[in-house]
Amino acid sequence: MSAGVRAADVAVGTELPEQTYPVTRADLVRYAGASGDLNPIHWSDRVATAVGLPGVIAHGMLTMALAARAVTAWAGDPGALVEYHVRFGRPVVVPDDDTGARVTVRGRVAALGEDGRARVDLTVTSGGEKVLSLARATVQLA
Amino acid sequence: MALDQGLIGRSYPPSAVYEVGRQKIAEFADAIGATDAVHRDTGAARAAGHPDVIAPPTFAIALTLSAAGVVVADPDVALDYSRVVHGEQRFTHHRPIRAGDRLVATPTIEAVRTVGGNDLLTTRVDVATEDGEPVCSATSMLVARGTS
Repeated sequence: MSAGVRAADVAVGTELPEQTYPVTRADLVRYAGASGDLNPIHWSDRVATAVGLPGVIAHGMLTMALAARAVTAWAGDPGALVEYHVRFGRPVVVPDDDTGARVTVRGRVAALGEDGRARVDLTVTSGGEKVLSLARATVQLA
Repeated sequence: MALDQGLIGRSYPPSAVYEVGRQKIAEFADAIGATDAVHRDTGAARAAGHPDVIAPPTFAIALTLSAAGVVVADPDVALDYSRVVHGEQRFTHHRPIRAGDRLVATPTIEAVRTVGGNDLLTTRVDVATEDGEPVCSATSMLVARGTS
């Protein structure tokens, strides 16, 4: 068990450590295989541009998974996340190079229950633009 | 074509049993870069109070996506899948999914709306063990662009 924050040390307004995750084309292929989401907009520029996208985009569910990592790393327990809701705003475009895109996750405690549950409001950006237009996670703190 | 409001509340039969394997959990954790020992090491998972390795919080999508696909393929729903984008996603966890779980996924249409010419379909997939223990719910809102 990694050391996470304790409910007693958290208040409304507490900020989570900012996390930045790289996302490359190879990551998209790996996620497609692991999740079973084989939609070609996540690996084919030809298909992505044909449906009006600027190019291959990351799976929204991969972005959602990365944002959850920022929360569970802070809580110290991947099993602590009890409720999680995101609205996909803008796609994360992943260029076909060795660098890919970067997803940055910031979070702030918006509410704290007496049961030790904290609601965290997340701001998730890529290239300076918000990619999730709403992202809220509720975690059970120790 | 606007979706029929009468679809709200429609439920579908439970999926076939999905057996959660340790290797699949590790593969999914690798794919999202989650390095925590509780996803790979049974000893670490037990020390954290779990009977076996646990899945990352969004793992359920690996089984709920295909369950939601049953709804999209319903001839009465008939969404044009080539125009569908993922609008929103919610997970409610009763406990972490873990290796050895034998899960069934049951989809229900929760809402249908037409906004600005787009069809919005919200499907909740309830995930439970085959013995009926609730594990999580995954609610997906899909948007079919420009169909109405």
